[in-house]
Amino acid sequence: MGHGGGGAMSGELVEHLFLPAFGPAADAAELGDSAVLPVGGGTRLAFSTDSFVVKPMFFPGGSIGDLAVNGTVNDLAMSGAVPLFLSTAFILQEGTGLAELGRIAQAMGAAARNAGVRLVTGDTKVVDSAAGDGVYVNTSGIGVVPAGVDIHPRRARPGDAVLVSGDIGAHGVAVLSCREGLEFGTAVESDTAPLHGLVAAMTATGADLHVLRDPTRGGVAASLNEIARAAGVGVELVERLLPVPETVRDACSLLGLDPLQVANEGKLLVFVPAADCDRVLAAMRAHPLGRSSARIGTCVADHPGMVVARTALGGTRVVGLPIGEQLPRIC
Amino acid sequence: MKYLDEFSDPRAARRLLAEIHAVTTRPWALMEVCGGQTHSIIRHGIDQLLPAGVEMIHGPGCPVCVTPLETIDRALAIAARPGVVFCSFGDMLRVPGSGQDLFSVKSAGGDVRVVYSPLDALRLARENPDREVVFFGIGFETTAPANAMAVHQAARLGVRNFSLLVSHVLVPPAMAAVMESVTCRVQAFLAAGHVCSVMGTSQYPPLAARYRVPVVVTGFEPLDILEGVRRAVVQLEAGRHEVENAYPRAVREEGNVPALEMLRDVFEVTDRTWRGIGVIPRSGWRLADRYREFDAEQRFDVAGIRTAESELCRSGEVLQGLIKPYECAAFGKECTPRSPLGATMVSSEGACAAYHAYRRLELADAK
Repeated sequence: MGHGGGGAMSGELVEHLFLPAFGPAADAAELGDSAVLPVGGGTRLAFSTDSFVVKPMFFPGGSIGDLAVNGTVNDLAMSGAVPLFLSTAFILQEGTGLAELGRIAQAMGAAARNAGVRLVTGDTKVVDSAAGDGVYVNTSGIGVVPAGVDIHPRRARPGDAVLVSGDIGAHGVAVLSCREGLEFGTAVESDTAPLHGLVAAMTATGADLHVLRDPTRGGVAASLNEIARAAGVGVELVERLLPVPETVRDACSLLGLDPLQVANEGKLLVFVPAADCDRVLAAMRAHPLGRSSARIGTCVADHPGMVVARTALGGTRVVGLPIGEQLPRIC
Repeated sequence: MKYLDEFSDPRAARRLLAEIHAVTTRPWALMEVCGGQTHSIIRHGIDQLLPAGVEMIHGPGCPVCVTPLETIDRALAIAARPGVVFCSFGDMLRVPGSGQDLFSVKSAGGDVRVVYSPLDALRLARENPDREVVFFGIGFETTAPANAMAVHQAARLGVRNFSLLVSHVLVPPAMAAVMESVTCRVQAFLAAGHVCSVMGTSQYPPLAARYRVPVVVTGFEPLDILEGVRRAVVQLEAGRHEVENAYPRAVREEGNVPALEMLRDVFEVTDRTWRGIGVIPRSGWRLADRYREFDAEQRFDVAGIRTAESELCRSGEVLQGLIKPYECAAFGKECTPRSPLGATMVSSEGACAAYHAYRRLELADAK
């Protein structure tokens, strides 16, 4: 299970199993959220795929249907692309209720309309009731990267400001809150949303956005660690600047989880040159999905590949990659 | 819950730190008993901010870490059996037994489930009358009442396919064992607040008197820890050795009376092996005779399992405060959270896990 958790084990699987097996057939230089592909005439396409196996399938603020659309839209948006077309593929457990499937499909249609993308091809498979667990959805997407936009984890530079587009941890806590056995009745809702509009507002400032990342599974901690490693830089966070809602903090405190490692679905991290920080932050705050954007830290030349947080009391700590699935503690 | 924020307020923390610096005239060695306190200290960098001579020694209070290898191996054997649903809190799943962990049993087809309460396991038993549902009942006095309640309910409802693999341990005997050690450096204890919220404080005055050691009942937020340290240092500087309750919002002298009644009904005190430490007399609970039919160890006949602890792992010395995690040669090399040799590296309350998670930078700089 840990190999699918978006943490260190997921990375090891790609690095040590998939890439060696694929060999020269793989274009592994770009391990970002989407691949950016030159197709002639100066046009660059962004291409991305993602599978969704979330349990429960319906949770406060969304469903697996919203996630499947917004997740791939956001993977494209994180390379600065304008998302255009999505495929949808379903793997259904035998016996899945049509009413339930209908709700998921409705949610996908609504999310696609909201994001301005078209669902253009798809596939459906049914597996034996013992082989599946409800509904699995895969979406792949294609978008166009505007001329002059060059956004990639390798471009993080010492001195860059690190910004986040709002409160973190809501999606992970919303899903946990309705898991069997927990049901702690929090008011937290998933933040699932398509982020390409926010990205467009940021690129419109003319700022040189170096890196964009939506901190989904593995949370802000995993995303920042991946960026730090890709660019060979360090990241210094200031813990008191992290926007963590009280409800998220309390739920995490109860379960022994770190809000930095909890999943988000409608937030982005951005690395921009310090000189561009203020105008990017202003553009983000002017957008409905970025009202509570904040600067949370700085990219540094020290401790390359590592993320370090200055604690509220004045100490320091390393912010690590989660290993696999986060596990609730005993007491 | 603004309440918790109040106990992390940096300005109040700075005031407390200033007071600790002002009263400290010589070096002191304080043991925080609970692994939750250890993580809070390391995560917030509290030990970096204390006067240079005030050392925090990390105690044995991580229930996952001290669960004996034999019991883990028994859990693995039971979980691998067909027809068994094995339920556990999440942080037991990565703890290594002699050869594997519960995750590997799950990967191999065992029905291992993470639950958030033993009562969830009992519910599973009622919903699956054709399966044997086993709950891994580990932990200190904090988790024991809920586990006792699950057994009590199972008996009351006549649920015969539910059992408990019991490995409960008790904190005060472990504190006494620490003080009895010839290598003991501990001069004061920050007692575990959650344990005291169940058990009260009445067990500590004899311990404080016998070993002439201050015991300050302490919570888990940064200000709780700092207040605990402040009171302990004030006592040490004055030559006093008393029990003080610095966690009154959760702890009363008499403890949680209904929880204590439940414990007395279901469990009885027994000698218990602590992983890495050894047998500590009268330091654990087992099911009382009238509930013995709910004992998974007996039901599944797993007593004769041979165990093999890693020869490299020094977690026992870490648990007794004899070495810091990074003083173990295997720390961060053969032993990491990804491939732990001992439970202290994998438990969410383990001292090795805390240093590995939060202090790698500092340790790398020091080399």
